[in-house]
Amino acid sequence: MGGLQKKKFERGSATNYITRNKARKKLQLSLPDFRRLCILKGIYPHEPKHKKKVNKGSTAPRTFYLLKDIRFLLHEPIVGKFRDYKVFVRKLRKAYGKSEWTSVERLRENKPTYKLDHIIKERYPTFIDALRDIDDALCMCFLFSTFARTGKCHVQTIQLCRRLTVEWMNYIITSRALRKVFLSIKGIYYQVEVMGQLITWLVPYQFAHDHPTDVDYRVMATFTELYTTLLGFVNFRLYHSLNLVYPPKLDGKAEAELKEEDEEGYAMNSESYSEKLSALGGSLARVVSAGEEEEAEVDQFPVEGEDMEKMEAREKEQKELEAQKRLFEGLKVFLNREVPRESLAFILRCFGAEVSWDKSVCIGSTFDVTDETITHQIVDRPNAEKQYINRYYIQPQWVYDCVNAKILLPVQDYFLGVTLPPHLSPFVEEKEGDYIPPEKLKIMALKRGEKSEEEEEEEEEGEGEEEEEDEDEDAEEDEDEEEEDVAEEMNLKKMEKQRSQGKSLSVKVTPGKVKAENPARLEQEEKAEEKRLAIMMMKKKEKYLYDKIMFGKKRKIREANKLAAKRKAHDDAEKVAKKKKAKKQ
Amino acid sequence: MRRKEEQRENMSKAKEKSVRKRSGEEEQEEEIFSFSSKQPAEEEEEGGEGGGRRGGRRICPTARTACSPAWRILGVTVRRRRRRREEEEEGDVKSGDEEETAQQGAPSVLKEQEEEGGEKEDEYENDTSDEEDIRNTVGNVPMEWYRDFPHLGYDLDGRKIYKPIRSQDELDHFLDKMENPDYWRTVHDKQTGSDITLSEEQVALVRRLQSGRFGDVDFNEYQPTVEYFSRDVMLHPVTNRPADKRSFIPSLIEKEKVSKLVHAIKMGWIKPRRVEDDSRGRYYDLWASEDSSILARHKMHLPAPKIPLPGHQESYNPPPEFLFNEEERALWEQQDAADRKLPFVPRKFSSLRSVPAFPRFVHERFERCLDLYLCPRQRKMRVNVDPEDLIPKLPKPRDLQPFPTTQSLVYRGHSGLIRSISVSPTGQWLASGSDDGSVRFWEVCSSRCLKTVQVGGAVRSVTWNPNTAVCLLAVALDSRVLLLSPSLADRQVVSASELLLSDKEGAEPVQGAESLVTWSEAEGEELNEGIRLKIQHPKAVHQVAWHAKGDYLASVMPDHSSHLQVLIHQVSRRRSQNPFRRNKGLVQRVSFHPLRPYFFVATQRSVRIYNLLKQEMTKKLQANAKWISSMAVHPGGDHVICGSYDCRLSWFDLDLSTKPYRMLRHHKKAVRGVAYHRFYPLFASASDDGSVIVCHGTVYNDLLQNPLIVPVKVLRGHAVSQDLGVLDVTFHPSQPWVFSSGADATIRLYT
Repeated sequence: MGGLQKKKFERGSATNYITRNKARKKLQLSLPDFRRLCILKGIYPHEPKHKKKVNKGSTAPRTFYLLKDIRFLLHEPIVGKFRDYKVFVRKLRKAYGKSEWTSVERLRENKPTYKLDHIIKERYPTFIDALRDIDDALCMCFLFSTFARTGKCHVQTIQLCRRLTVEWMNYIITSRALRKVFLSIKGIYYQVEVMGQLITWLVPYQFAHDHPTDVDYRVMATFTELYTTLLGFVNFRLYHSLNLVYPPKLDGKAEAELKEEDEEGYAMNSESYSEKLSALGGSLARVVSAGEEEEAEVDQFPVEGEDMEKMEAREKEQKELEAQKRLFEGLKVFLNREVPRESLAFILRCFGAEVSWDKSVCIGSTFDVTDETITHQIVDRPNAEKQYINRYYIQPQWVYDCVNAKILLPVQDYFLGVTLPPHLSPFVEEKEGDYIPPEKLKIMALKRGEKSEEEEEEEEEGEGEEEEEDEDEDAEEDEDEEEEDVAEEMNLKKMEKQRSQGKSLSVKVTPGKVKAENPARLEQEEKAEEKRLAIMMMKKKEKYLYDKIMFGKKRKIREANKLAAKRKAHDDAEKVAKKKKAKKQ
Repeated sequence: MRRKEEQRENMSKAKEKSVRKRSGEEEQEEEIFSFSSKQPAEEEEEGGEGGGRRGGRRICPTARTACSPAWRILGVTVRRRRRRREEEEEGDVKSGDEEETAQQGAPSVLKEQEEEGGEKEDEYENDTSDEEDIRNTVGNVPMEWYRDFPHLGYDLDGRKIYKPIRSQDELDHFLDKMENPDYWRTVHDKQTGSDITLSEEQVALVRRLQSGRFGDVDFNEYQPTVEYFSRDVMLHPVTNRPADKRSFIPSLIEKEKVSKLVHAIKMGWIKPRRVEDDSRGRYYDLWASEDSSILARHKMHLPAPKIPLPGHQESYNPPPEFLFNEEERALWEQQDAADRKLPFVPRKFSSLRSVPAFPRFVHERFERCLDLYLCPRQRKMRVNVDPEDLIPKLPKPRDLQPFPTTQSLVYRGHSGLIRSISVSPTGQWLASGSDDGSVRFWEVCSSRCLKTVQVGGAVRSVTWNPNTAVCLLAVALDSRVLLLSPSLADRQVVSASELLLSDKEGAEPVQGAESLVTWSEAEGEELNEGIRLKIQHPKAVHQVAWHAKGDYLASVMPDHSSHLQVLIHQVSRRRSQNPFRRNKGLVQRVSFHPLRPYFFVATQRSVRIYNLLKQEMTKKLQANAKWISSMAVHPGGDHVICGSYDCRLSWFDLDLSTKPYRMLRHHKKAVRGVAYHRFYPLFASASDDGSVIVCHGTVYNDLLQNPLIVPVKVLRGHAVSQDLGVLDVTFHPSQPWVFSSGADATIRLYT
């Protein structure tokens, strides 16, 4: 058999992958630069299927990149910029060392810079792609905009992040795209729907960060560099899609309103303008001053293969959405100084409420506390000293719960000093068999238009329990059967023992019991057995999979049961405590 | 003349004093007297005069430097004036001196000098400067050194200059102070040791200087400055010097430098100043033209997964059931960070204002960043199947009836575990052999024990002769095989079996194996019990198996190291033979083919099939099991099932392959016995887990159709004792009933 001997690792998967170090050498970049490039270009390592084959027989742990990815990086113009920058730093250091200040200045002036526009375009070829991936960008920008102006990163970056996030929020307000909000222990989650894409981001609470030491801020800064560029372009496009002026400008009307106020506090005009924008108080200027609320009615086209039911459901959904968008319309809300102003103003404005706050809190307040037409005042303190009769004093959670429930919830649960009902995550969608907290059931009942009576609630709870019991029964049935069998057996054994021992059986005729045979149950049993036998016949692979699925299901049920039990115990304990209190009184 | 000399001396002394005496307070005075433009020289002179003085000088360096230009100007003016005066003197000799002094006042000293100069012109002719007139050439030594001497240095001729006689004590001092009206303006000169009384002018000068004014009364410090050089181009050059040649030819050094720069720019080493472009922070419609050319990124690209959305636990005010209780919290704290279900502890806050900052916020974001660019991404196929779909669609057991479903009878009586049972070919009797050393015969329908035969040893195996014309039972115990005729049938049958066993007089040993095996007839008591023949083997017999015709009997003596493991006996001729010449492994079970002359031998891991006529091996079946425990042959003869100690049951289709057609792992523990039904498509397996599983196994005549195997019933009832459950299982020959014997000394019938 002639022919050349085949060499190992010269074909197949070994040639498709490249280790990190090799890639770095190929690109002639230092590790930090390589990392930055990977971040900017969105290149990530790959896990080969056969590690040993790719690793040329070695099993040493290595990071592998796709060779194609690295080739793709080779043509990146930014790589050249990185090299330039390296040279620039070297020259600058040399000039510093020699104290050649003129050349330092000259070098400084010629500092190499790069733009990321083409990378954004390349990574996100369509606008929808960019929107799909904007979650992280928003999270990061919102985080950076809360950083202190000193220390961890450039002030320009922080300011840029702040500007972009304010632009984003203003867009959301104008387009009324907010869908869900959630107060978590980490921060506030917002979910919006922009062009059919659900976008979620997290904003930390307004506190100073204690910067951890084990975080590499260079990596974060590189990400932010990319994300700010992305967010800027996205904002531009979104503003233009609504015919808004970009960079955003306040509406003439709103501006006039704001002008009246004293502006001595802000020395620079530009600064005060950006502050006004970030107050989220006024509406934005449009390119074409269209008549307000002029939205063309969208024609409905029946999609093929869709029956009437589905279409109706969709219509209904659409209506609900429209209703949600006008949730707070007509409300006039005043924010006390202790509540998170930005978040609440953002949410309330998103759903059409009029918002104002104390003048000293922020620029851009439109009305005063003393305004008689205020309907709600949001307060987060045990009691307010001076109360107006014609307005509700409520805690901030009411706003968030209303948004999630898509209806205006009764305010009495949220009055000052009242123990608040639990705040539930709107992101949890319970499937069958999952645990649903009773508060959610209550809200669902409210939405359906039922009165929220305590009794009903309990009934529902009872139902829930029954269901659970049913589930338990299934599992227990077999055991029951076995138990019965065992009992019979025992009886028989006894008799036989007596017989075999040669004792004269104490013959006694007892009235026989008619065994109530439940045909349904019998059938069920039969089916269960059938299933068990069929399971015995499964192939090994399928059996494994089946077991795994069933294990997961059982665990889910167990967890749900556990939660339900915990809740029950808690409720019982509370009831007892209430009774005791009543007795004492 | 004499007086003048004295005066001069006095003056010079005063001068010297002013030069030498430089304590901090007197500094200004010193300056007064030395209108000197040669200050640096002076300083040099003073350089050696000891640290103390220097220190004194340094106290007010700023004042001194501030004054110095003024002094210089002063010096210039003085000089000028002097020159003028000299000119005047030339005109009218020594006339208006007095008026001048009255006019000037300040440099009275000078005036006196002038006066002197007038007389001793030779001495002061060339004295352009106001160099000090030092009479006492004591040098640069501190005056303290002369304290104890009567003199104070030497004059030019080398004579001592004596100190003036001063015999003033304190009292004189005091009186002087009281009486002398000029005491306040009297100054002691250390250099000459004399007292000097300052004149009015001198005092006035001191006063002026003390108050920070110029010494010269006439000097106007605010007069307009006269600029020597101005920006106006003068008509005449300042100097008449012609321009240098080098001012006409370009500089070589500069040329070199320029050429270097030019070269550097040419080579690109120096870049011209970059044009500032502010397009970096400028946004535009990036997606204005969405072309699909770059859409096609390679297939392997995976978008990053999104962060999972928060659940109820993460709320600042979660429902109470989501909060941790004590144990959950303890567990959470114990667990490694990677194992935790939640990366945080759920907490409840009564109001929004009490919610603190989340301490790990930056961390989490950073970890997300790391995940985005450092984590390998992999597409995990999530199996999204309904578990019900995974269950194979089998025919319903109900459709596969009949099969045994319930336990109907229990046969009790044995006291040891029952290793083997066998049903008579008529289906009326059941024989069982137990470790208690007895063989019992039961009537199947009534579960009555009709007969008990004590054989004197643990019975390993019992088998009814399949021939319905005779009624014989083979029993294996220890190293013997007994043939019993239990006389549980018609007289005819009994006599037939007796006949089969008895008429063997003519038979004589033929084979060499004969010597290993001895046939003997039972006598006396044993005969009464029904034992007819005893076949003594050299080793312990584990199993006996009848040929379908009922004449041949095979016995198994498992032994690792011998080729003598299987013997085939012919009952009618009382002959035995060892069919195998070679040891092919530990033999577990043997069985005859029900129809054809084949012989199945199950060794530890395989089943060998021998053709008895051709005396050769036809097939070797590989059971994928560690240790075969039992074997049964389908009544059709084309299928074999093997049970093994590793819980498996393998079904072989002899036409298909030598590998098992199907491995069934229904049992949890070792399979002890397997059996086929003679008519019904049923087979059963007994296991140590105390269960008997009955399966439906249809065999089709069509060779293309594989057997259908469906488990139909799990039968339980036997108790597990000493890790042994059901030891043997067998079917009723005509009914769909199954018998099982167990370690709990019972036999059970399931119908």
